[in-house]
Amino acid sequence: MAEVNIENQVEEKTLGQRIVRTILQNSVTILFLIVCIGGIYASKLPVFFIANELLTRVTRNTFLVLALIIPVMAGMGLNFSIVVGAMAGQMAIVAVTNWGIGGLPGTFLAFAISAPIALLFGKGTGILLNKTKGQEMIASMIVGYFSNGLYQLLFLFMVGPIIPIAVKGMVLSHGVGLRNTIDLAKNGDGAPGIKYALDTATIFGLETKVPFFYVLLIGALIGAIVFAYRIVKSQKLHLQASEKNKNMINLIISVLLIICSVIVMFAPEMLSKQMQMLARLKLPLLTASLVLLLAGFNLIIVKTKLGQDFRAVGQSKHIAQVSGIKVNKTRELAIMLSTMFAGWGQIIFLQNLGILNTYGSHVQIALFAIAAILIGGASVSKATVGQAFLGVILFHTLFIVSPMAGKNLFGDAQIGEFFRAFVAYGVIGVSLGLHAWKKLMMSKA
Amino acid sequence: MGETFNNVVKKMGIPRLIISTFFVIVWILVFVKDLPAASLFSDSVRRFGMNGILVLAMVPAIHCGIGPNFALPIGIICGILGGLISIQAGVGGLGGFLLAIAIALPISVIVGWLYGIMLNKIKGSEMLVATYTGFAFVSLMSIAWIKLPFTHPEMRWPIGEGLRVTIALESTFGYILDKFLKIEIGTLRIPTGMLLFFAFMCFVMWVFSRTKAGIAMKASGDNPKFALASGINVDNYRILGTIISTSLGAIGYIVYAQSYGFIQLYQAPLMMAFPAVAAILIGGATAKTAKISHVVIGAFLFNGLLTISLPVASSFFSGGNISEVFRMIVQNGIILYALTQVGGGE
Repeated sequence: MAEVNIENQVEEKTLGQRIVRTILQNSVTILFLIVCIGGIYASKLPVFFIANELLTRVTRNTFLVLALIIPVMAGMGLNFSIVVGAMAGQMAIVAVTNWGIGGLPGTFLAFAISAPIALLFGKGTGILLNKTKGQEMIASMIVGYFSNGLYQLLFLFMVGPIIPIAVKGMVLSHGVGLRNTIDLAKNGDGAPGIKYALDTATIFGLETKVPFFYVLLIGALIGAIVFAYRIVKSQKLHLQASEKNKNMINLIISVLLIICSVIVMFAPEMLSKQMQMLARLKLPLLTASLVLLLAGFNLIIVKTKLGQDFRAVGQSKHIAQVSGIKVNKTRELAIMLSTMFAGWGQIIFLQNLGILNTYGSHVQIALFAIAAILIGGASVSKATVGQAFLGVILFHTLFIVSPMAGKNLFGDAQIGEFFRAFVAYGVIGVSLGLHAWKKLMMSKA
Repeated sequence: MGETFNNVVKKMGIPRLIISTFFVIVWILVFVKDLPAASLFSDSVRRFGMNGILVLAMVPAIHCGIGPNFALPIGIICGILGGLISIQAGVGGLGGFLLAIAIALPISVIVGWLYGIMLNKIKGSEMLVATYTGFAFVSLMSIAWIKLPFTHPEMRWPIGEGLRVTIALESTFGYILDKFLKIEIGTLRIPTGMLLFFAFMCFVMWVFSRTKAGIAMKASGDNPKFALASGINVDNYRILGTIISTSLGAIGYIVYAQSYGFIQLYQAPLMMAFPAVAAILIGGATAKTAKISHVVIGAFLFNGLLTISLPVASSFFSGGNISEVFRMIVQNGIILYALTQVGGGE
């Protein structure tokens, strides 16, 4: 209902009013864009360093952020309990490291082990969230804290007496409990672990870590062809003006990307010394494809019966129930999928990091993932793949530059660190607050 | 027999029954394992007094309808500010303690008022927004602790910038309530002054809830529509409840700090709301109803359990802090249970 109203209003307004409206609707994202640009400038960090760091962080974190989208679709808000999925992922990592299976086989075995565990955890969380309808987000957050207690019970007190661990180096010196950090670079017998297994994989003798701008060039070329084809086709059909504009903008962006990549790769003499380094940026193609697969999954599922069920439940539980959808089952399934993806996301994240912080790696991931997607412009009731990517880029830019920016501006790197914690918490508080406020206003109107 | 048993279960609620059973078992184990019962009892009484007022701060919040105050760190930080200004002023002893409260109160009234206005705009999502507002406020104040111009040597790092992570209160108002009329029999120590102060605060809250304003506040929490119809300004009473809760958080922290002997800055207040929320829920409160008796019972059971379970657990398991793990499970388990009792309605 409400969305229809908004669209009608947009049609009536002039271009100027529409621009103002767009800016207001995306105020969080625009604000962050400004903060990020200011931060990059203030940090005085070299462009290559920021770009390289950002590329690493985008490939390793986006999978986790994409895991948030399905529950939002199903009207359950932002799933703070992806922490539980991350725990399943870490359990799988502990298992494969213990068995001494490293490299790609180890990583994919970890994926396989974490899936059923995460689905089970997700089922439990889903049942619980069905009992706390209307308060799903706070409940999922407390679920995260609660299961962290169980997780510690498992790994601090049951490993040793109940769960046998063969590798000595993983267990605390008194024989009970896992160590705080587990090195994923090497397994117990000295063979390589799962560190960088995806990032630097070689498949059929081909390295999958390739120059970023080549990938960008090819991607942008394909994009340009697709959008150009759509524009040609849309001139025959009578599509809405907004649809045509969208294709046009996408085509322009693709062309710009092509030009940039060509310059970086083939005409570096046009750039300054610093910018020339960008040609050395490398993209882990395998990891990136996994991220794209999940992005694709999120896009395609909307077109399936299941996706339509998610959306129907998200829009109105009551109407969904009346039209024969099993509301509770659908909601449980949404959380189960999200939890499973979170488990895989955590494995992707940790294979890049190379160290499992047994009792800490999972604690903050919900906070960072949710802050990122909100910065990208998502809300409690709507989140898209694009917002996830944009959000990760903006949030992690801020992450990279804030300590140095804090140091340069205030003479203390700690200020930058507290600032980014403030930003993460603040953006969640403000976004959720604004959403609740809008909902209240709408129910009054 | 079966019926009376069911009645008891119904009256106490399953979680409270489980916690009470645990409490009894842990105490039995103290005697079985021959642990120093008197000093353990003294510790749990002290912890009970330390945390009591922070738990009490939940009562006005639940009464006025905003639910358990997950933004307790906001009140706590007002208390910290009061304490720091009092140390800076150089007033020691009881004067310093009273000055800290006198400074913290107006700050927390203003902050609580602003925060209450905000909460009125987001009815229905108070708990989650409150949590993150609290978190954000703690991080923002962490920046402030680096930059605020306090100069007292107890507070500043000897070299470098900013305030210390923990500030000792030994030379100022540390243990000031604990020492008042202190009872000491062998290893049994009862901080009478602190318990009296807690009892006094409970009494004030109890009297308030029986005044006209207190009843109106409860009505606006119980049934906002009905309250509105009978001419009560629900929004104003929600703000009043938030202000009282924030102020109690501030006073509660100052009492906590004097008994603890330190003020902790930076990330320390971040998670302090959760134990307080859990305690009142264990005492028998729900997200909608709370009584002073819930505060006393809950604070005693929860803090007693946490204090005693550490030595008992470590007499069984070597290494690792199992009581901390236990705390996480109990604390968050009880909050989850309370949440399932609120929602569920379709």
